[in-house]
Amino acid sequence: MTVREIQNILSAEVICGGDCLDREVSEACGSDMMSDVLAFVKQQAVLLTGLVNPQVIRTAEMMDMKCVVFVRGKRPDRDMTELAKSLGMVLLSTSHPMFSSCGMLYENGLRGGESK
Amino acid sequence: MSVITLHYDVPGDDFTRAGEASGDVKAHLKKLGFSPEVIRNTVIALYEGEINMVIHAGGGRIDVDIDPDAISMVLSDDGPGIPDVELAMKEGYSTAPDNVRALGFGAGMGLPNIKKYTDEMVIDTLVGKGTTMRLKVYTNR
Repeated sequence: MTVREIQNILSAEVICGGDCLDREVSEACGSDMMSDVLAFVKQQAVLLTGLVNPQVIRTAEMMDMKCVVFVRGKRPDRDMTELAKSLGMVLLSTSHPMFSSCGMLYENGLRGGESK
Repeated sequence: MSVITLHYDVPGDDFTRAGEASGDVKAHLKKLGFSPEVIRNTVIALYEGEINMVIHAGGGRIDVDIDPDAISMVLSDDGPGIPDVELAMKEGYSTAPDNVRALGFGAGMGLPNIKKYTDEMVIDTLVGKGTTMRLKVYTNR
């Protein structure tokens, strides 16, 4: 699945990284607890979260993630967006809540991967 | 490649800046051509340590030595120390306040994560004086 497909499925707004929407991603995770995201390394390339602070971008950076989706209409502030831009990361914002967002992506073939 | 030494002062009063040092180390390691796995293990451990410093110790210092065989990190602070290291190493045990949990941390995974992603981990801590953590990630794992 490409980031563009994720954007379409979730009817998401592109906050930044619009030139990277053709990136292929195969796995995702959804969490508001960054410690948990850091605890279970998989090959996730996408993070869905309702949390909005710079540590979301930092966590995604450490995990080599390509895209962060903010659910429930949450939007990153300017500092977060600038940080994501400097890291070449795509930020999306969708009005769908976490559970629905994850379900819609799963239904379309995106998986969570096996933890190692 | 000769040994590269990096030093960072981690401010303790600004949670929004936590991760800057880890991000900079990651950029160095990428530039030097280390494998994605080595880079990820190093920076996840370092980032958890950096977050801990900001949450619990009012900031601290990070020193990183990069050589072809291993990445060595020393994280030191003048914080309250860890009264029971064995307990602190247990998954799920946390003394982080609620405001830290609201920021997505404090799940009691910090020290266990650091242990999981490093090859060597030594903690020297003295209550009331501070904590020094020595970490090593081998590059040929």
